[in-house]
Amino acid sequence: MVAVEDYVARIEGTCGEEKDVIVIFKYDKKDEAIAKILKKAEVKKSISSIIFELAYNNVSFRLYGTGKAIFRSLKDKNELQKILGDLLL
Amino acid sequence: MLNPYRIREDFPILKRKINNYPLIYFDNAATSQKPKQVIEAIKNFYENHNANVHRAVHTLSQEASELYEKAHEEVAKFINANGIEETIFVRGTTEAINLVAYAWGLYNLKKGDEVVVSLMEHHSNIVPWEILSKINGFNIKYTEINEDGTLNYEAFEGLISKRTKIVCVSHVSNFSGVINDVKRIAKAAHEHGALALVDGAQSVPHLPINVKDLGVDFLAFSGHKMLGPTGIGVLYGKQEILKEMEPFQGGGEMIREVIFNEKTRHCSITWNDLPWKFEAGTPNVCGGVGLMEAVKYLRRMGMEDVKAQECSLTEYALQRMRERENLAIYGPDDVSLKCGIIPFNVEGLSSHDVALFLDNYGIMVRSGFHCAQPLHEIFKLKSSARASFYIYNTREEIDRFIEVLKEIE
Repeated sequence: MVAVEDYVARIEGTCGEEKDVIVIFKYDKKDEAIAKILKKAEVKKSISSIIFELAYNNVSFRLYGTGKAIFRSLKDKNELQKILGDLLL
Repeated sequence: MLNPYRIREDFPILKRKINNYPLIYFDNAATSQKPKQVIEAIKNFYENHNANVHRAVHTLSQEASELYEKAHEEVAKFINANGIEETIFVRGTTEAINLVAYAWGLYNLKKGDEVVVSLMEHHSNIVPWEILSKINGFNIKYTEINEDGTLNYEAFEGLISKRTKIVCVSHVSNFSGVINDVKRIAKAAHEHGALALVDGAQSVPHLPINVKDLGVDFLAFSGHKMLGPTGIGVLYGKQEILKEMEPFQGGGEMIREVIFNEKTRHCSITWNDLPWKFEAGTPNVCGGVGLMEAVKYLRRMGMEDVKAQECSLTEYALQRMRERENLAIYGPDDVSLKCGIIPFNVEGLSSHDVALFLDNYGIMVRSGFHCAQPLHEIFKLKSSARASFYIYNTREEIDRFIEVLKEIE
């Protein structure tokens, strides 16, 4: 059974007034994670296939080719877990 | 002038690639990288000299004790302290400030007393005083900052009165890199009978430091920001003040004897000599050895040259960054007022986006509040990105940094 934890190495809350969350995907799973996310989320903008401005269920986030994503304005950890579950599983 | 290309050969990590790009490390205000001399000293200690220090007769313990004491001597020389009695090893700047708060402040600050703190402090020079004020009931007076991030000296000095018992200020702001005239502040504090505590976390690694010339009573700094390992730092304190202070923590190493009294059913305790009185428990011996090697490395460079090298790099970085119209740069324009720290934001992007974008190209900068949230509130910033330099950084790295910033635009 595949789980979100199979793809995610770390989740870091950012320091600053914006309560953003950085998701760092496991190095050996990042390409698979990026491919899955790009299939399901709406691509608003893409820069040289390195950075993707995405939206999913009214949540905007940026995905980096290095395997990191920054989510903005999330209500709580549960919302993040739900979005990651929807996108990755 | 120092040759950063020659220096880089001593830092193995700088050969790394991140995301297939050469590593550009601009997060030196958070921690510095380590030269092979420090790495080798740590390895050599564990391979050849590891033992617990003091009060053992065997050879290894004597070797470890000698190295650990020698480390205190080297650090004392580095800042021109009177000797190892004035050089207490701690975990880092935060612990050093907490040591002063609890070993001095707990016994000397009471209701009606005042502690003057600058608003440009790192949280580690704010939070201990706030916690202690809740216990002891003294007041904390925060001083205002000028629009360019420099200290308002007149306002600062105006807050110091006969009620002031200690003045707490950073030597260099970890947000803006502004260098404060701590000699002037210490003089003003002493004129009112107050002590001066200086957070030297961002100055000791980058500037020549002479505690006697500065006239400060306490100076706190971290080893890991000055090429040394993590988990080791220093509290300098004037011997006559340290002698009068109570210990910070109790345990082994910090006592001379513990004698049980049958009549009172209590132990009477005699404290150890300085600096051991403040170093309870088995110390970070290896950390001390690593710090000694870092200090030797910096002394070989020459701190005047370290300062000049960073000043030149900062000037160049500021000049290149000012070419970009959509960059907001904070802090004074005059580079002589600051060290190698440049806080900035890119219009329309969060600092974390900027840091992630730069990371994509192997460039490491920090983003967020940098543990200086009050200062961000003064500047009305949600957060900031921060580029900070050290002796191994080059103009070519800055050029590359600017190229990548252009891509963000």
